[in-house]
Amino acid sequence: MNTPFITHDGIAAPLRRDNIDTDQIIPSREMKSVSKTGLAKGLFAGQRYLDGRTPNPDFVLNQPDFAEATILLGGSNFGCGSSREHAVWALKEYGIRAVIAPSFGEIFWGNMIGNGLLPIMLEEPVIDQLPHRIHIDLPAQTVSGHPFAIDAAAKRRLVEGLDAIAQTLQHQPAIEAFLTRDRKDRPWVY
Amino acid sequence: MAKTLFDKIWDAHRVTTLPSGEDLIAVDRVFLHERTGSVALESLLASGRMPIDPDRVFCTMDHIVSTEEGRGRNDARTPGGDVFITATRSAAAKTGIQLIDVDSADQGIVHVISPELGIAQPGLTLVCPDSHTCSQGALGAAAWGIGSTDAEHAMATGTLRLKQPPQTRIRVDGRLADGITAKDLILHIIGTLGADGAKRCAVEFCGDAIEALDVEARLTLCNMAVEMAAFTAIIAPDDVTFAYLKGRRYAPEDDQWDRAVSIWRTLMTDKDASFDHEHVFDARLIGHTLTWGTSPGQAGRLDGTTGHSDYMNVESGTPLLGLPIGGAFIGSCTNARISDLRAAADILRGQRVADGVTAICVPGSMAVRRQAEMEGIDRIFRAAGFEWGEAGCAFCFYAGGRTFAPGTRVISSTNRNFEGRQGPGVRTHLASPAVVAASAIAGRIAAP
Repeated sequence: MNTPFITHDGIAAPLRRDNIDTDQIIPSREMKSVSKTGLAKGLFAGQRYLDGRTPNPDFVLNQPDFAEATILLGGSNFGCGSSREHAVWALKEYGIRAVIAPSFGEIFWGNMIGNGLLPIMLEEPVIDQLPHRIHIDLPAQTVSGHPFAIDAAAKRRLVEGLDAIAQTLQHQPAIEAFLTRDRKDRPWVY
Repeated sequence: MAKTLFDKIWDAHRVTTLPSGEDLIAVDRVFLHERTGSVALESLLASGRMPIDPDRVFCTMDHIVSTEEGRGRNDARTPGGDVFITATRSAAAKTGIQLIDVDSADQGIVHVISPELGIAQPGLTLVCPDSHTCSQGALGAAAWGIGSTDAEHAMATGTLRLKQPPQTRIRVDGRLADGITAKDLILHIIGTLGADGAKRCAVEFCGDAIEALDVEARLTLCNMAVEMAAFTAIIAPDDVTFAYLKGRRYAPEDDQWDRAVSIWRTLMTDKDASFDHEHVFDARLIGHTLTWGTSPGQAGRLDGTTGHSDYMNVESGTPLLGLPIGGAFIGSCTNARISDLRAAADILRGQRVADGVTAICVPGSMAVRRQAEMEGIDRIFRAAGFEWGEAGCAFCFYAGGRTFAPGTRVISSTNRNFEGRQGPGVRTHLASPAVVAASAIAGRIAAP
């Protein structure tokens, strides 16, 4: 069960490069435990810190104007690369609620939805026009007045904060029926 | 209605269509590894659930395990990494899934051992919390990478909720020239279409050039589909596939084999089936190809020039040939199979790695390693000055622990040249094993 995503107001930090991969979002060396927590300090570690853990003043999240950011503005193919869900867990723990980008890495997109974070696809020129503080209305599908499209199933999961496993287990009879039939058709699979 | 190969597998696995418009798709095989799989297992247990069929869930240790010769069963490549190994081992025992442990003779990188053991088969759906799961489409399976939460979902329910992805067909006509490999082909395709050139699509590779590839080369090709943002890649299974699978540990046996093959033979795209996107390439025009930048889409011919990249320290128009290197790595789920090691060994035989180059070879599985040792390939690598590791992902990505020095230019048979992928400041050029071997000897990027 995730926190339902209805509306959100927050500061948007620009990270407008294309192909920001999940290795950048959380470098492998920062994934130190088998749990989903304790990852926020590793978020963007390669860019956020100078030697050791000194904050890099050039990195956007270290700048006073964006210290409270809860939204990221990315370039195309945001979250491409490794499937590591730690990238989303790190964003979530840091306090990010939504990412706005022209396109997303496919697995990353699914991981955002699964963790109650909202990926919003907008064209570059629209992202250019967004204000510093942004208002997101998911039921209305608007970002500070600009409409956006989102897959209906993903929207419902976010708005209702649904637990996908519990939802799917309601279809247990259909799953059992499939398995009974398939065991006869393809016995070598089982 | 005419169907694509991917449609046929999808339709055969559709349990039901949900009111949301998503399909509930049956998952035949879940594969896990200790890096992202352990957290899925732990989370599943914490929620009080169990895998519905643990016999169809497999797990290996590849990402964090040490790949140094003589490693112990808890040895990790990164300080504190042993917890991934021990936690995975314990969660695997509690859930009863099939663990291929560090000290198993079958251990290796998930996408190397899954085909090797016959776990990946035509017509299966197979998922793994690892983005390079698309590799296994080489066998004619629908195989794709997922996150840990979806891995939990797949284990607990035997299904995933998905919209059917759009589809792209990439036809490659002609035959690759001698010495030009599947790695050159896929780097050329990604370099042409771009790092998001197959966005969200299930990609079917077909054409004369693809049919002529053996299964290991097909695995290399499909492996990198995710580097152009594909959902997955697939190749229609054929006699090459069936011959590869026959007799493997988890392959069907006896009359089951005949029954399976008769079904597998129907797994091809119908003549009139339509795709959302189509691309055609001419294999005859493709030469040795490698990357020059920090995205797999930044690729070009070995005899060509680079674009501009501050991180890679190259100006636009710099010839790739002759760039001095400090590291060479042969390994990973892309290029660490026996055919890759043989290709490199052919070049390394009787040669020495140049002074100042750290050269490492890590076979993709312990079975590959044993085969190489039987053929004397390990001795060729060692005599040339390469380190010879035990199976795992190794230097494909930096996990903490040992790596190349910042600023080192490394030629690598792996799949990602992202900034910092192989270590802070490390500059990665992706290439075929033959180009890696030739460059290691020359001390600079060189033609085989």
